[in-house]
Amino acid sequence: MKSTAEWIDGKGFREAVFELVRLAACELPADVEKALSDARSAEEPGSSAELTLSLFLKNIAMAKEKQAPVCQDTGLPIFFISHPEGVSQRQLIRVCQEAASWATAKPYLRHNAVDAVTGKNSGNNIGLGFPAVYFTEWDDPAIEMALILKGGGSENVSGQYSIPYDPLDAGRDLEGVRRVVLDCACKAEGKGCPPGILGVCIGGDRGGGYMESKHQLLRRLDDIHPDPVLAELEGRILSDANRLGIGPLGLGGKTTLLGVKIGKLHRVPASYFVTISYMCWVCRRRSIRIEPDGNWRITG
Amino acid sequence: MRDKAMIHLTTPISEAEILELHAGDAIQLSGIATTGRDAAHKYMVEKLIEAPRPLPPADQKLHDELQSFLRGGAIYHSGPILRNDDGRWSFVSSGPTTSIRDEVYQDKVIAAFGLRVVIGKGGMGPRTLEACKRYKAVYLHGIGGAGVYNAASVVEVLDVFKKEEFGLPEAFWKIRFDRFTGIVTMDAHGKSLHDDLALEFDRNFATVIKGV
Repeated sequence: MKSTAEWIDGKGFREAVFELVRLAACELPADVEKALSDARSAEEPGSSAELTLSLFLKNIAMAKEKQAPVCQDTGLPIFFISHPEGVSQRQLIRVCQEAASWATAKPYLRHNAVDAVTGKNSGNNIGLGFPAVYFTEWDDPAIEMALILKGGGSENVSGQYSIPYDPLDAGRDLEGVRRVVLDCACKAEGKGCPPGILGVCIGGDRGGGYMESKHQLLRRLDDIHPDPVLAELEGRILSDANRLGIGPLGLGGKTTLLGVKIGKLHRVPASYFVTISYMCWVCRRRSIRIEPDGNWRITG
Repeated sequence: MRDKAMIHLTTPISEAEILELHAGDAIQLSGIATTGRDAAHKYMVEKLIEAPRPLPPADQKLHDELQSFLRGGAIYHSGPILRNDDGRWSFVSSGPTTSIRDEVYQDKVIAAFGLRVVIGKGGMGPRTLEACKRYKAVYLHGIGGAGVYNAASVVEVLDVFKKEEFGLPEAFWKIRFDRFTGIVTMDAHGKSLHDDLALEFDRNFATVIKGV
């Protein structure tokens, strides 16, 4: 097998990662655009919700045409990389950093990496844990990179519940899960830029729960969970959330969420965490697959 | 805003113009404004409004500059993405950011600088609502997430302050709007659409949570 350095420095590799960042920032996935378009059709004609969704769709078209970032908050770039055995993760992190820096100069990304103590902006989207890069080793010979640009407003309204949760009488069962997830969506009101998408993890520890909830945000909106129990729960929470009346940007309307995606992790007997990552309507999620010969293609 | 025409406003905006606006009105705003978010609001309150006099010369200069165009004008909660072509800045993507983070500062900034319009997203709290009523200002809710659409209404970047210290997204960008679109959600008559809606959301939540 090729060394990581040969692979990364060879034909196409950097180009592919740079393209991934550009695409994520400037062009929303087709399933997200379709969901927004369907939502517009569902709102009352002439309502502010319908106007807002029309302007979202107009903005998506303008961003694509001008090759400009759909939203100015390009957030924290989070890379999820699946790679074969023997690949150097440190070298892959360096490529992700190069891509972040290149995209900042274009400008496809906003200057977003701020020192947590001094407040100094690094100016190139590189910093401690910035961009975030996570790895999974797999049997496939290719590398697959998924990228989410996770904006700050939606991250701020994400949350984690430890159940039982008294204020909602939420117990350690799926009904309890339903209650706390809806509570999170309701408390977010317009602050997370609805209609949002919720990535949810049932179980795990506090850290693992957040990771899994972000993994769930990689799923297409129109997929169906293979576990019928979770598939049903996803549908139930989605339809319940869309009865809250929060609507696009929290200004009222029928569409509060575009999707709910739920995963699970084993938990210790003492803990029962429910973790929710809120993704705004500008759901920037893209992926590419890079073959060992440097050929690559967009996979999502 | 149903069945109503878009209302056009141009800075400087008078008290009378503000009093004609009501929560729910759709607005197109033109004229001079500045961006300002977390760092800018903290700075304005701590270093310009509440700092002992005399101010250090650099702060005094910025204070006077902001006073010269914010009276009757607008502040925009936004951290833009910009392009620089041969020294000329332009906005590439610039939607509104969440406003509530500036709730502890906004009333003081409205009072000290004579702002008529605060632009952002998500709405603000009772202190800002009270300041809107007392000093005749409105909160204009922009189209969150629509960065390119909003940037198209920023037709000129006139100046920038505190760029090095705050970084690009947090600096004061003095800009000229041409028909920036938003919805008045907090007016100068004490009405907040956000407060009304929050009650409705809570009522709906109470029903939904019961599982009926």
